[in-house]
Amino acid sequence: MTRSSRQLWHFHGGLKLESNKAISTQSPIVKARLPKRLILPVQQHIGEAGALLVKKGDKVLKGQAITQSTEYVSAPVHASSSGTVIDIDEYPAPHPSGLNTLCVVIETDGEDKWTELQPTHYINTKSPAELRQLIRKAGIVGLGGAAFPTAVKVNPGPQAHIETLIINGAECEPYISCDDMLMREYATELISGCGIIQYMVSATHCLITVEDNKPEAIKAIQAVINEQALHTIEVVSIPTIYPTGGEKQLIKVLTQKEVPSDGFPSDIGLLVQNVGTAVAVHKAIVLGEPLISRIVTVTGEGVKQPQNMEVLIGTSMSELIEQSGGYHDDACKLIMGGPMMGFTLQTDHLPVIKGCNCLLVENTPEETPATMPCIRCGACASVCPAQLLPQQLFWMASSKNFELVQDYHLFDCIECGCCAQVCPSQIPLVQYYRFAKTEIWSQERDRIKSDHARVRHDFRQARLELEKKERAEKLRKKKELLEKKKIAEAAAKNDTPETEIDPKKAAIEAAMKRVQDKKAAKQNNNTSSDE
Amino acid sequence: MQFKTASSPHIPQQNSVQGLMFKVLLAMVPGTIAMIVFFGWGVLINIILASVVALSAEALMLWIRKRPIKPYITDGSAILTACLLVLALPQLAPWWLTVIGTLFAIIVAKHLYGGLGFNPFNPAMVGYIVVIISFPKEMTQWVPPLLEGYTQLTFTETLSIIFGGDLPLAYTWDAITMATPLDTVKTQLGLELSINEIENHKEYGGIFGSVGGFGWEWVNGLFLATGCYLAVKGIIDWRIPAGLIAALLVLSNTFALYDYASFTPPTFHLFSGGIMLAAFFIATDPVTAATTTKGRWLYGAGIGVFIFIIRTWGAYPDGIAFAVILMNMAAPLLDYYTMPRAFGHSWTEFPHHHKTDDDDE
Amino acid sequence: MSILIAIIVLATISVFFGLLLGYTSVKFHVEGDPVVDKIDALLPQTQCGQCTYPGCRPYAEAIAAGEANINQCPPGGETTMLALSELLGVEPIPLDSEHADDPEKTVVYIDEQTCIGCTLCIQACPVDAILGAAKQMHSIIESECTGCNLCIPPCPVDCIHIIPVKIEPETWRWSLPESTDTSPKA
Repeated sequence: MTRSSRQLWHFHGGLKLESNKAISTQSPIVKARLPKRLILPVQQHIGEAGALLVKKGDKVLKGQAITQSTEYVSAPVHASSSGTVIDIDEYPAPHPSGLNTLCVVIETDGEDKWTELQPTHYINTKSPAELRQLIRKAGIVGLGGAAFPTAVKVNPGPQAHIETLIINGAECEPYISCDDMLMREYATELISGCGIIQYMVSATHCLITVEDNKPEAIKAIQAVINEQALHTIEVVSIPTIYPTGGEKQLIKVLTQKEVPSDGFPSDIGLLVQNVGTAVAVHKAIVLGEPLISRIVTVTGEGVKQPQNMEVLIGTSMSELIEQSGGYHDDACKLIMGGPMMGFTLQTDHLPVIKGCNCLLVENTPEETPATMPCIRCGACASVCPAQLLPQQLFWMASSKNFELVQDYHLFDCIECGCCAQVCPSQIPLVQYYRFAKTEIWSQERDRIKSDHARVRHDFRQARLELEKKERAEKLRKKKELLEKKKIAEAAAKNDTPETEIDPKKAAIEAAMKRVQDKKAAKQNNNTSSDE
Repeated sequence: MQFKTASSPHIPQQNSVQGLMFKVLLAMVPGTIAMIVFFGWGVLINIILASVVALSAEALMLWIRKRPIKPYITDGSAILTACLLVLALPQLAPWWLTVIGTLFAIIVAKHLYGGLGFNPFNPAMVGYIVVIISFPKEMTQWVPPLLEGYTQLTFTETLSIIFGGDLPLAYTWDAITMATPLDTVKTQLGLELSINEIENHKEYGGIFGSVGGFGWEWVNGLFLATGCYLAVKGIIDWRIPAGLIAALLVLSNTFALYDYASFTPPTFHLFSGGIMLAAFFIATDPVTAATTTKGRWLYGAGIGVFIFIIRTWGAYPDGIAFAVILMNMAAPLLDYYTMPRAFGHSWTEFPHHHKTDDDDE
Repeated sequence: MSILIAIIVLATISVFFGLLLGYTSVKFHVEGDPVVDKIDALLPQTQCGQCTYPGCRPYAEAIAAGEANINQCPPGGETTMLALSELLGVEPIPLDSEHADDPEKTVVYIDEQTCIGCTLCIQACPVDAILGAAKQMHSIIESECTGCNLCIPPCPVDCIHIIPVKIEPETWRWSLPESTDTSPKA
């Protein structure tokens, strides 16, 4: 199995970008210092947040779970070091909104003492389901940036048959080099992780794909493959074209197949995992360590010593910058992720989370030209890897035509930024798409809420109607009773002994009726508040 | 430390509308110089006049529409419109003709439709059509090429003709103007002469040069060369000129093979009149062209077909402006029917297959 | 004579088309379009009455009957107005309310220290989102509150306050880019 023999294909569009990776690959990965405080957001992944397992004042050990998954698509969070929980409250989180989210704050004790770990020495002794459970407990999420719970991803369902496992080491975004460095320095662990995932999904092949601008990484992995004489794992060098690291684009390059828009790679017998995730799987299974650290690229023209760092989750970004020599004076933009898809942060007092692969500091850009109207040049469509019509999407999004924009496949947009990058009119196209997407989601939430409100309103109307009817019925009965009483009274003149008993009986009867009515009303009330 | 926020991508990019326009303008320089060399100063005088008028009209309209003036006035689009219009006009077009054409192009065809990016029709071609329909006589004031035996006007003479409207004493209109090769072919074919007889006519045969008309060959050749450069650099889309030239080539070749006496040869079609200017500089205006790849092939080819039809059977010697405007109208339709298939979708889905109410169920 | 032919031809044609129309109206008869339901489905169901009708459904009925404009729903904002204009095929009408563009979502909250437990708000709530009983403290079930504010006027001690719905990172929305140059404004 030689690398060169493999046939590769192209995806539509894409860009050749200046990679700028070399500035952060000059030195080996540096271990970041143990911080005094760790801020751990309970929600660091796609899906539901887990339930808290600790309270303020609790002592925690390194690797101890502080939340536990209650839903299927979820991942627990672990204490990255030993110490005391000093606060559980809302803190600013790294998110484009800059909003706060629930975090557990741990004051570290400096001992960095591990909780008891349960390594698995022979993976063959465990079933894939058991291994999945271990991965779930270790809180592993996709480390390429999307942060989707890995335990869910490696379980494509009983009917899916995974033929090939693809390990994504493309890392196509400029500046980011954490996967590159990881492949260079953790090639053995990576191969071990690949083997575990391959075993779990019973894939016959495993392809480790690396862009051809990372020759050292390819060499390091190839060396391990040769050394261990592995026949089912292959490293594939692919052309450097952004965004070849996108899951669907990567699959197209390797297999020429297109993942259906409403489907998953498993529908065509494939599973894609990031290299960092594979190493995390190795650590979780072989060493028993949960996901408590990751490699972060600290880079950009605005930071003095660009480098890759192994960072405990929850460490403040400001400390990483400080340990990388600090900012240059002209630093002006802090980006989490790469320059093409990352989002800007307002401050560096934010914790590193599981999905944080890169901290990019940009220095003052030249005066950006003013946004001009679209001149319909079509450059956007020619670079769109999803083969969409960015220009049409832009018109529809800006005119808030949310129905049509979905017909033109807005949700197939991967927000890679190629269109905006080539737009001569400097239109922030991606922001228009993000606006439309979040707006559509919001409308969907509103729709669900209003449907719910309608049901409750209708129920209340029905209840009031019923109560009204009941009241009318009661009134009618009372009147009837009164009538009867009158008749009885009239009759009493003729027959005295009976009249003595009658009013009493009527009073008792009326009282019993009242109780019954009350009961009925109460029941009615109960059912409505149960709703 | 507080940082700036913005949506991705965060890489400063090099493309700009202004950059595109100026590169296109620059690419027009060699062909324009050839025109000045072969057909006199009229071209230059009218270009300067039209540019000044276009910029003033642009500024005025931006001011009226309360839009920022600086970014739009410097984007080069107004000058480009002015140049394209002038290159299509006869060299001795009087000043007011140029002014009316330019004003109509900028004010009506461009700004009344919303300005840059929103005009459905090519402004220069709209301006051209207005003047050719309104002032057919003045639109014949072409000058003979730089050939022995024909009067060559000096700069000052040209200036006084364009602005004064009166001829210098020594000249008559017949002496200083002359029908273009395209025009000549059209009239003479009407008089039942064969192509061969026309091209070798002892009186005017000289203007036909070797392929597309003396002087015109050079003009078209240079526009072709610089246009190809723009296409290679990706500044214009190559499919539009390719489609246009291919369609014109196929049609003219077919008809010339069928009857070489009544139909001009393909080389003449390609190198006479404003074909290369139209193919690489007019039809490629992105605002008014189709946007999809297939759509651009069809758009270019459509212009080629219309040019051939109008040249051969129409009332006008050259039909570029009408062909372009007709295809401008068709551009949205072409775009709609040539939408690409989105990644991971099939050809049978919307928008290719139109949604009906049944699909909603 | 010729006029007679013309009359006969026209009469024949009109009879033919009359029959054709009659036939098609029977053959392709469309059951009464439940347009009121469709309109109601687009309304936010706050039941707030700001449209001057006593609830969302009455407003929907009024629109269907042509008695009300489509721009009378402040909680629905521009989105609802545009959806209605799309559904009914009428021109969009701008909303005159000041928060028309994107109304801020609110819920109410009962200051439990001040509440005297009079149940008046419970009776006013159109979606039964207030929990409580006579002389017991009341409280709002926030997830059920539609933000209609109908409970505020009846409260004798003014203990009900309006609070904006908290925006979480999951519900946060990207804004439309500020640039105005790209829109075709005259």
